[in-house]
Amino acid sequence: MPDLYFGAADEATAGERTAVAEAISGFGPVVIRESERLVHAGRSRTRERRHLLLPVLHSLQRASGWISPGGLDHACAELEVPPAEAYGVATFYHLFTHEPPTSADTVHVCDDVACRLFGSGKLIKDLRDNGHHVKASPCLGQCERGPAVLVQRTAGSDLTVTAVDGGSSTTTLAASEVAVAIDGANSTPSVTLSQAGSDQLRLLARVGVVDPSSLVDYRAHGGYEALAASLTMGPDRVIDEITAAGLSGRGGAAFPTGVKWRGVADQEGRPHHLVCNADESEPGTFKDRVVMEGDPFSVIEAMTVAGIAVGAEQGWLYIRGEYPVAAARLTHAISEAYAAGLLGADVASSGKRFEIHLRSGAGAYICGEETSLFNSIEGFRGEPRNKPPFPTTHGLFGEPTAINNVETLINVLPIVVMGGSAYAAAGTDRSPGTKLFCLSGRVVQPGTYEVEFGATLREIIDLAGGVPDGRELRAVMLGGAAGSFVGPESLDLPLTLEDTRAAGVSLGSGVIMVFDQDDDMVDSVRRIAEFFRDESCGQCVPCRVGTVRQEEVLVRLSSGSTIDEEQDLLQDLATVMKDASICGLGQTASGAVLSAIELGLLAGSKSGDGGSN
Amino acid sequence: MNETPVSVSTMVEFTLDDEVVKVPDGSTILDACRREGIETPTLCWAENLTPVNVCRVCVVEVEGSRVLVPSCSRAVEEGMVVATDSERVRTSRRMVYELLASSVEMDRADPEVHAWMEHYGARPERMGDRSEIATVAQPVKVQDDLYVRDYERCILCYKCVEACGDDAQHTYAIATAGRGFGAHISTEHDVSLPDSACVYCGNCIGVCPTGALAFKTEHDMREAGTWDESSQSVTTTVCPFCGVGCNLELHTQDERIVKVTSPADHSVTHGHLCIKGRFGWQHAHA
Repeated sequence: MPDLYFGAADEATAGERTAVAEAISGFGPVVIRESERLVHAGRSRTRERRHLLLPVLHSLQRASGWISPGGLDHACAELEVPPAEAYGVATFYHLFTHEPPTSADTVHVCDDVACRLFGSGKLIKDLRDNGHHVKASPCLGQCERGPAVLVQRTAGSDLTVTAVDGGSSTTTLAASEVAVAIDGANSTPSVTLSQAGSDQLRLLARVGVVDPSSLVDYRAHGGYEALAASLTMGPDRVIDEITAAGLSGRGGAAFPTGVKWRGVADQEGRPHHLVCNADESEPGTFKDRVVMEGDPFSVIEAMTVAGIAVGAEQGWLYIRGEYPVAAARLTHAISEAYAAGLLGADVASSGKRFEIHLRSGAGAYICGEETSLFNSIEGFRGEPRNKPPFPTTHGLFGEPTAINNVETLINVLPIVVMGGSAYAAAGTDRSPGTKLFCLSGRVVQPGTYEVEFGATLREIIDLAGGVPDGRELRAVMLGGAAGSFVGPESLDLPLTLEDTRAAGVSLGSGVIMVFDQDDDMVDSVRRIAEFFRDESCGQCVPCRVGTVRQEEVLVRLSSGSTIDEEQDLLQDLATVMKDASICGLGQTASGAVLSAIELGLLAGSKSGDGGSN
Repeated sequence: MNETPVSVSTMVEFTLDDEVVKVPDGSTILDACRREGIETPTLCWAENLTPVNVCRVCVVEVEGSRVLVPSCSRAVEEGMVVATDSERVRTSRRMVYELLASSVEMDRADPEVHAWMEHYGARPERMGDRSEIATVAQPVKVQDDLYVRDYERCILCYKCVEACGDDAQHTYAIATAGRGFGAHISTEHDVSLPDSACVYCGNCIGVCPTGALAFKTEHDMREAGTWDESSQSVTTTVCPFCGVGCNLELHTQDERIVKVTSPADHSVTHGHLCIKGRFGWQHAHA
């Protein structure tokens, strides 16, 4: 450990000292051992308490409304982290601030692609006029009921405030409603699924049906049957069933889950880790939030099954910082599971140990990239690592790690209960099972929908009530900001892995965002470019500068420049970002822009503020 | 450290630009290129630092890989097929230079940087008029008599952070802060260098490839227009301060020492010095 130097910063306040102590003690014994492992940029990954840095930063921010120099220095002394490095980590995340607060609450208003269609611009103005401290935010994952608001509170729990569920095409959120929610410290209740209770549902069967705070109710609806079955089957059989089910990752890359798990399980030596990626931040994506809020125990059970299958004793649930309701319900579910002996040293009397640590992100899309997520948990900047080596061999703390997102993991429950081949009876041969889609934008009933693989884009949009009367579908953002735009000619495309791949598009995270003839597509595409500019971690040149140059081109296009003039530069930017960026963020940052050009969406640039509603 | 093991029991055979070549197991593609005489541009790589593969200017095409790979940190594998001068490689390398030079002042970068930019036909001006596009332009930081930090020349190669941290000095006075285009090298809370943990070893200056970190002597002479490398001579000697035996290279102009470096391949220093060896030469002029 280096001798740490502390400058002349003010002493930490008593409140800050308490906050740091609570964050450290709240995480129990240190789980990380000193050993020879992956070394990135020469930094040892395993300083014993460094992984507590992110929770400590959250605690400081909440205690005093900012990360003060004195508070940060105190945290560094406690955790033995060099202050310059901790400052680098703290300034990486948008939810941490570095100036004394001017207001107890910061109101983050989503002005991303979906919410800006539904009046987020006006809401921001109204809230500012009413004296709130407002920040425009990237996608808050509430697209089915935008415009969405996250209230970040000092000395209190954060809140999410949205238009009443599923009503984004008819209702909007007024500044006065935000004020009422803040006064009452109330988040808007969880969304009601329009499919709720349908016996066709596998993944969403319990959402809107069970009490998300009750382990008893969860068990009464089939909960923990999968864990019992998996303990009887043993790890090998579980992985065989996952493989037989043909389950593939639902985060966008569609990697076969059974192969990933087998790879981790077969690694010699311990420890292994199981990570649940709940950093759902892709613009237009909110399905994992719906699952975590409506059926939190299923995530905990699925992690337990997965962890034991891959030989991990430590599970890490990394959830984006903008999901306070989901985080609170998961925290509750974890403590209930511990109390019932379903987590801990002897899971369900099986003799197996499995622990779950919940970690909250702090406003960084890049931390959904798996290696960034590891760095974030470890207390480093959320910068992606070069691959290879892959997480299977060198993951969290440089150790073998299976990382899956929420939707992938909850598929494990029906697979274990019904068996892989029965599971695979649904869907298509090459895309077995069901898929969650996030419908937003110009549809009658936005929301999360579960459908069997094989349904066409048109069928899924129809499930959400189709496009409202008087509107005409002009384009669909498919797969998220990192996906692509498709036009009406693609409506009969079956949304399977194989059909989308053949069509040169991606299912991504299941985003289906519908735009109509009056929506300002130049503005939407520019917002996507702005998103990538803001969310690039800044590590590699192609993405750090390329995303800036791409956004500059889009701004020029909205102010008179023509596609013909900018085509060569846009193409070159797309090429270098796609070919030479370190991670998927840069590699996909131009996909939506290029597809919009191909569809002619940028041909007739309009002026305006983006909202047509 | 990026050293090819000296004693190896196995060799790896692979195809490099249509030639079948053998290199020691564990070599990176960049090591192999250097062995085979294939010149490869680098910015964030240095022989005395751990590769961080962030600049992406050394990328090459590997058959079967969806994207280009950084040659500085990808190990050669048996049967790999590598192309270092394909159209894809040339486009990405040119674009990396264009992106950097459109946002960063590159006039004091190592001469080879300019040679490579010319080689790949980089035209940073096509990104737009510099007054209308984002750049890292900012006032120079002069906070003491030894160092100048001129971050409008910073390409964020992370070399200084590595030299300050685990790769040499273990002082951890600077780190990358902020994010995206706003990412920058900073002390804790952005305090001035004298108030930070900095011990003035100058090892960050020693590894900076673009002149963003400079001796104050050099900076002042450049600003005055009197800096003239062609008239400078370099004298190699051993540091007189202690018994470690660090090699010093004294750069002199008009019979005066203007800066001090150490060879990166020197077995004692690996290019790194301490404050005494780096800056403690004023008595020579007394």
